[in-house]
Amino acid sequence: MRALVRTFSWLYAVAIYGFIFLPVVVLVLFSLQATSFPIPPFTGPSLRWYDAVLADTRLTSALVNSLLVAILSSAAAVALGFLSAWGFARFALPGSGLMRGLITLPLTVSYLIIGMGLLVLFNWAGVPKSLLAAGIGHVVINLPLCFAIIYSQMGDHQINIERAARDLGAPEWKVLLLITVPVMAPAIFAGFFLSMTFSWDEFVISFLLTRFDTTLPVEIWNLLRSGLNPKTNAVGSLVFAVSIVLVVLFELMLLRRKPA
Amino acid sequence: MTTPLVDISSVSHRFGQHTVLKNVSLTIEPGSYTILLGPSGSGKTTLLSILGGFVTPSEGKVLIRGEDCTAVPPAKRPTTTVFQDYALFPHMSVGGNVGFGLRMQGVDAAARTARAREALALVGLATAFDKKPHQLSGGQRQRVALARALVVEPAVLLLDEPLGALDLKLRRQMQDELKAIQKRVGTAFIHVTHDQEEAMALADHCVVMNDGRIEDEGPPERVYARPATRFSATFMGESTLISGAVTAAEDGTITVATQVGPLSLTGTLPAGTTVALAVRPEHLVLGAAGGAVGFGTAKVSDVVFQGSFKRVLAVSEKDPTLHFIARAPAAAAVQPGDIVAVSCEAGDIILLAS
Repeated sequence: MRALVRTFSWLYAVAIYGFIFLPVVVLVLFSLQATSFPIPPFTGPSLRWYDAVLADTRLTSALVNSLLVAILSSAAAVALGFLSAWGFARFALPGSGLMRGLITLPLTVSYLIIGMGLLVLFNWAGVPKSLLAAGIGHVVINLPLCFAIIYSQMGDHQINIERAARDLGAPEWKVLLLITVPVMAPAIFAGFFLSMTFSWDEFVISFLLTRFDTTLPVEIWNLLRSGLNPKTNAVGSLVFAVSIVLVVLFELMLLRRKPA
Repeated sequence: MTTPLVDISSVSHRFGQHTVLKNVSLTIEPGSYTILLGPSGSGKTTLLSILGGFVTPSEGKVLIRGEDCTAVPPAKRPTTTVFQDYALFPHMSVGGNVGFGLRMQGVDAAARTARAREALALVGLATAFDKKPHQLSGGQRQRVALARALVVEPAVLLLDEPLGALDLKLRRQMQDELKAIQKRVGTAFIHVTHDQEEAMALADHCVVMNDGRIEDEGPPERVYARPATRFSATFMGESTLISGAVTAAEDGTITVATQVGPLSLTGTLPAGTTVALAVRPEHLVLGAAGGAVGFGTAKVSDVVFQGSFKRVLAVSEKDPTLHFIARAPAAAAVQPGDIVAVSCEAGDIILLAS
């Protein structure tokens, strides 16, 4: 009976992880296919499709665009998120609870709605479809996330540290720059890397807000319209690899606890 | 008369509806070690925050070196604070922490390092310059916080329960060092504590606070021997309190009707005044061969051996609400349940108006 339960729980675990990871394994496996179709039998391994991806200037420039948008929009989101978290944590503001709720609200709104809203707004304001517009869209979705991460890590024990700096003659901007930012660095980097992860493979907003220069997920979608081939698998695997690196960095930053 | 270093005049403070300081006035002399002693909620920490500039009082003025500092922010006033949790900068080395105040003053790196090393040597941590705060023990962090606050040469150093987080043995050791460091640098220290032993050991000037007011202030020897109020008689050391009323007064002698019968004392209070008589434990005499003033007999309720003496608690047989706290020699053969006579010398009775 016990053996049966054990076997069943193992089967269950295998099924769960298979369900989650089998598509990824298949994607990566057939990106190494030697022939022209990503279907069994497996004929590789071969790196020819990776060569093809790197030779495709549309894909490589989309990759560079994606990286630029991810880095710059995450930097903006983390800077704004940090300043608002600091403001809420250190000052008694009227309607503080309501405003904190409002700032995290975009987390619950679908990317499609945010993208359409921005599209209408940019049309009206005369902002052309561009990487900049998509980047602003990414700031909108990532700022609440950065705010929530940094605000949750901003404890009362840092208040006295900031006070000590002020007491020793530091003006407010130096307190922020020399004390608060370094002390909060793990949360700030965690917010930054998580934002990058989300920006990196975000499709809907980029699709709606870019036109000629576009990001990698949109370019992959263009590629998929002409049918599957191992090149799409190869570029998908590259996207996945970068995401893994970013998530690992995020977890290292947030979960690493220094003794006080 | 010279101006005092710090002059707090008629300071009151409210947090919302709650008044935490009620018309407090206090002067601090240069080079003195002042202790603000009181239970939690007495307003002592608020008073320290007002001195440090972290709180602006609702009413009253604070002058430091004759200048009005009431609303001057902490960065611009000649005070520094040693926080209870030390508040060291966790991402900087010990040297960086100690040099921070000088860095804010624009002192160049070489001079900063030299002075930070000097300050660390002063607190006995010369070798810790390159360490990080988390590599230090609690007592060492305490010293770093002290060095960091002293290196900028403040007019007044404020210490907020600086020994509160240390264990008893370390606390007594740091206490001696604090006093020695204060004498060496000559800076005025203002130190908040609720530990009366710490207060007696350190203070040149002891300020007893309760409920937002100063109950008593003066040299600790005086505050202990002749407390001004009931509160300071029981908070600064223990006392047996006997309540009564003056029934007759003539020629510097008064008769007081008390829980244990009429007593004749020297004093000038008018008849009708209600009073309390306080007697320190070491002045109460147990047994037949007693002092000049008798308090009747009492039944011993508890005897606690404390090494060099025995702490004896006894309940008066005349009035069971009266509890005597006495100190008997370590060798005394006193046991719970014994009936003993309690007395003391007339000069050891502290007469408190209440």
